[in-house]
Amino acid sequence: MNETRRVNVRGWLLLLPAAILLVTFTHYPTLATLYHSLFSTAKPSRPSVWVGGDNYRAMVEDPVFWQVLRNNIWFAVGTIPASIALAILMAVWVNGKVAGRGLLRLAFFTPTVLPMIAVANIWLFFYTPGYGLLDQITGLVGLPSHNWLGTRSTALPCLIVVTIWKEAGFFMIFYLAALQSVSPNLHEAAALMGAGRWYFFRRVTFPLLMPTTLFVLINAVINSFRLVDHIVVMTKGGPDNATALLLYYIYDVGFKFWDAGYAAALTLVLLVILATFAVGQFLFIDRRVHYQ
Amino acid sequence: MSRLGRGLETAAAWLLGLLWALPLAYALWTAFHPPQFSTRFVLWAPLTLQNFAKAWDAAPFARYFLNTTLLVIMILAAQLVLCTLAAYAFARFSFRGRTMAFLLVLVQLMIMPDVLIVENYRTMSRLGILDTLGAIGLPYMASAFGIFLLRQTFKTVPKELDEAARVEGAGMLEVLWKVYVPLARPVYVAYALVSVSYHWNNFLWPLIVTNSVSARPLTVGLQVFSSGDQGVDWSIITAATLMTSAPLLVGFLLFQRQFVQSFMRAGIR
Repeated sequence: MNETRRVNVRGWLLLLPAAILLVTFTHYPTLATLYHSLFSTAKPSRPSVWVGGDNYRAMVEDPVFWQVLRNNIWFAVGTIPASIALAILMAVWVNGKVAGRGLLRLAFFTPTVLPMIAVANIWLFFYTPGYGLLDQITGLVGLPSHNWLGTRSTALPCLIVVTIWKEAGFFMIFYLAALQSVSPNLHEAAALMGAGRWYFFRRVTFPLLMPTTLFVLINAVINSFRLVDHIVVMTKGGPDNATALLLYYIYDVGFKFWDAGYAAALTLVLLVILATFAVGQFLFIDRRVHYQ
Repeated sequence: MSRLGRGLETAAAWLLGLLWALPLAYALWTAFHPPQFSTRFVLWAPLTLQNFAKAWDAAPFARYFLNTTLLVIMILAAQLVLCTLAAYAFARFSFRGRTMAFLLVLVQLMIMPDVLIVENYRTMSRLGILDTLGAIGLPYMASAFGIFLLRQTFKTVPKELDEAARVEGAGMLEVLWKVYVPLARPVYVAYALVSVSYHWNNFLWPLIVTNSVSARPLTVGLQVFSSGDQGVDWSIITAATLMTSAPLLVGFLLFQRQFVQSFMRAGIR
């Protein structure tokens, strides 16, 4: 009995410092988001009052909110499959017998180490109308100068390209690790049976990479809702909200319009989205354990 | 056929590699050449360090470097201590409510401080520490990721080692320090690399909680500098951009293997 108590006390004492910080900066703000989303934003003349679902009603009627949500979905659709496909390709090449693979790995992985904000600055220069490298290249083929980041139709795709460039090398690492654990016996067996490389990849390697793909997929989805540094640098959500993602809109509403009540309601939507994927990940981890 | 295929594949791999290296190569070119050559690629263009000197003089980068360095060290030190203690509790003490507490810790893996900006800003303002390095670092110090990673590692330590140390009269913290921590060294290195590069690069939260030179980290300083309306030269902005990423970049080039392995180890949980 005394021993149990000692274990309880020691366990909680060890956990205490981390627990205090976690509760203060993760659990409390999560609940406070819900609470504050039901209040109006305090103004100098009028303190914050209970408004029930008003912030949410305003949200449903806010065209920018729906636009931002659509942008975020397009952003995810644009970045995730492309960066995963490229990551697999890179990993297969770097893992194989391609000449100079050390240099290739370096080229693919370096963007991951750079700050997103630095990357965004470099690409901003790339996209500069008339002067930037992209316009110079299209100019060589005789195309007119184009304001890549200032045009509604091209701004979001430009940001998608930057994100793919930054993330593919990061995902490559996980595929590389998975590929290195594929048994060489499988290769030999397939070679004996005369299977081609593509066939081998499709029927053996790719299915073996499935757990990695699921892991990378969930990370990529979370990242697409979490990373907005490049938007601050490159477009500030413009032109005309064409590149604003959900978290960027929260930042705008919360820290430029200082509308804390509405920002809380928007944050809650983001939390619900993330929680949904969290549950998905939880189920996936469960499944992987079962199949081991 | 097969040899042709191989050749094509190598060519494709190199094409992609070049494409991937291009933005950085372009940035290097612009930063190390005079402004009039920033988009003119002439082989004999003169090299210069002027852009770096101008950038250094145009904004308090020395202070920003100091801030970021202090911030990164502070966060890492706190993370190592807090996560070690918590991971030890989860790995080796079956205290009441352990499973529930662990699940509550894992919540932070999905709901990261990065998205709780509105409420955390409110908290910092109430604590009266806005615009300090502490405000930037506090939400990240108890890291669910670190706790998870170390817990996994501590669980692989044979219980016999633990018991042997106890028989020799070592206390709880002594066992942790002398048995568990040394065995987990590779994991600490991996975690430290990931943490340092994450916080060196972090931007949105520091942008929100700081508004003066005394607390601004490099990323925010760079943004303030390059978005200034006095119309700064691209060569100088690029030089500043490279300067701010240089420590990580050089570190990465020197310890490439270690970096890649750390990201791998930290990612596969």
